[in-house]
Amino acid sequence: MLKVNDIQVYYGAIHAIKGISFEVNQGEIVTLIGANGAGKTTILHTVSGLIKPKTGNVQLFDKEISNIEAHKIVEMGMAQVPEGRRVFAKMSVQENLEMGAFSRKDKGNFDADYDMVFEKFPRLKERRKQLAGTMSGGEQQMLAMARALMSRPKILLMDEPSMGLAPILVDEIFNIIQEINKAGTTILLVEQNAHKALTIASRAYVLETGTVVLSGPANELLDNDEVKRAYLG
Amino acid sequence: MKDFLQQIIYGINAGSIYALIALGYTMVYGIVKLINFAHGDILMMGAYFGLLAITVLGLPFPLAIVIAMLVCAAFGMIINKVAYKPLRNAPRISALITALGISMFLENYFVVQFGLEVRKMPEIAWLKGEVFIGGLSIPKVTFLIVGLSIACMIALQFIVRKTKVGKAMRAVSEDMQAAKLMGINVDKTISITFALGSALGGLGGVLYSVAYYQVEPYMGILPGLKAFVAAVLGGIGIIPGAMFGGFVMGIIENLTKGFISSSWSNAILFGILILVLLFKPSGIFGKNTREKV
Ligand SMILES: Nc1ncnc2c1ncn2[C@@H]1O[C@H](COP(=O)(O)OP(=O)(O)OP(=O)(O)O)[C@@H](O)[C@H]1O
Ligand SMILES: [Mg+2]
Repeated sequence: MLKVNDIQVYYGAIHAIKGISFEVNQGEIVTLIGANGAGKTTILHTVSGLIKPKTGNVQLFDKEISNIEAHKIVEMGMAQVPEGRRVFAKMSVQENLEMGAFSRKDKGNFDADYDMVFEKFPRLKERRKQLAGTMSGGEQQMLAMARALMSRPKILLMDEPSMGLAPILVDEIFNIIQEINKAGTTILLVEQNAHKALTIASRAYVLETGTVVLSGPANELLDNDEVKRAYLG
Repeated sequence: MKDFLQQIIYGINAGSIYALIALGYTMVYGIVKLINFAHGDILMMGAYFGLLAITVLGLPFPLAIVIAMLVCAAFGMIINKVAYKPLRNAPRISALITALGISMFLENYFVVQFGLEVRKMPEIAWLKGEVFIGGLSIPKVTFLIVGLSIACMIALQFIVRKTKVGKAMRAVSEDMQAAKLMGINVDKTISITFALGSALGGLGGVLYSVAYYQVEPYMGILPGLKAFVAAVLGGIGIIPGAMFGGFVMGIIENLTKGFISSSWSNAILFGILILVLLFKPSGIFGKNTREKV
């Protein structure tokens, strides 16, 4: 479904991604784990078309997307829940959800989708009119996820959805990620919470300063001594 | 008291034009964080296009307004495309200098095309004369100017608050990258913003030339600057702030002219800019976060 082939990404002179390849197959949850600055966000930005790789390419549904504009990639069926939520603070919950559905061609009636996201995130329902910026961090994370779902993605990228949340909420978020996946959406999950991520993922890639140092089935990595030492404490 | 009310009426008249122009500054700033110093020249172009539509094409006044707005909208998009878009990731000072360059280019181009002579906007028969209400004389043209300006501001508020493209504009102005991740075409949205702001600027230009009869290549500078002060006063990037600022500027200007002295009015208006920048740089409607321009 998604294939990343040997990409190199630079920020000016900074060589952030030094030749990385991976793939995500239909129906999977794949996770990228790695320490701060390993390049996880950079990879997601490149996949979404926000930055262009210097060499290598990205393929989505067997089509090369490295030179396609970010907004068109969303139309193709890929959405992202960005790091740090990035909800539109001065817009209402409702308007944020509408922005999530921006690329949809079937105009007008999103009632079924609102029902779907409000069922997953009941707390958003009673806050439809509230400005997103006035909500708590956890609520904003839920809104960011709901917003991404409004585009009906075939594949969803998530950048550290559990960051800064209380343990109970982290469990809830991970449950919802599994639910979304069971309902048919493929997921590429970036996490620092390696234990949780490896528990729900089918496969994983471990990143260190711009390269993949380990990869394999998630349950095997959970037992891997190196991973245990470096990421599972 | 009567004199006072009379000056307020003149002030509302001028103020509604400043408000229209201030909207263009504020919308563009809101979305790309750029002071489009060529916006005053959009006003000048609007006046010329309106004038040409009436005198050369022989079109009726309402049609001339529509044409001036459409042509200015197109120019706004072109200016964005050739001058600002290539600099979107450049330091802000580059875009600012480019804006000044565009402004000088347009002024000089119009000097070459049309000469320095001050042209007169033809009088429009049904706008001649005054209406007397309670001893106050209100020029008929004031009703048109204020009415059209307010109608456009309401329409703009509707577009920005309720329509899909307006919501996209707000999303892009908050977070360009996140907007892209929603599938919003950011370039197109910015282009539409320039078009809308420039159309209002063009309308402001026609109305200005109708109110003060004259059209010349440098006519955009002073009202452009005053409208810029209006936008800053209301809080740059904030649409209701620009409207409010425009009316305040018009009223202060005319009260100064009426009760202090005409020669002081500009000094006082630009003095306001300095005071705002010193004490409330985010403007009356703005939250106090410091922004470097
Ligand atoms: N806009 C930028 N300009 C310059 N360098 C950048 C930029 N963004 C990221 N980098 C650098 O690229 C490298 C990878 O950063 P990235 O944000 O992808 O890491 P990450 O794995 O997502 O980290 P974290 O877990 O902290 O979010 C880092 O060394 C970072 O300093
Ligand atoms: Mg990151």
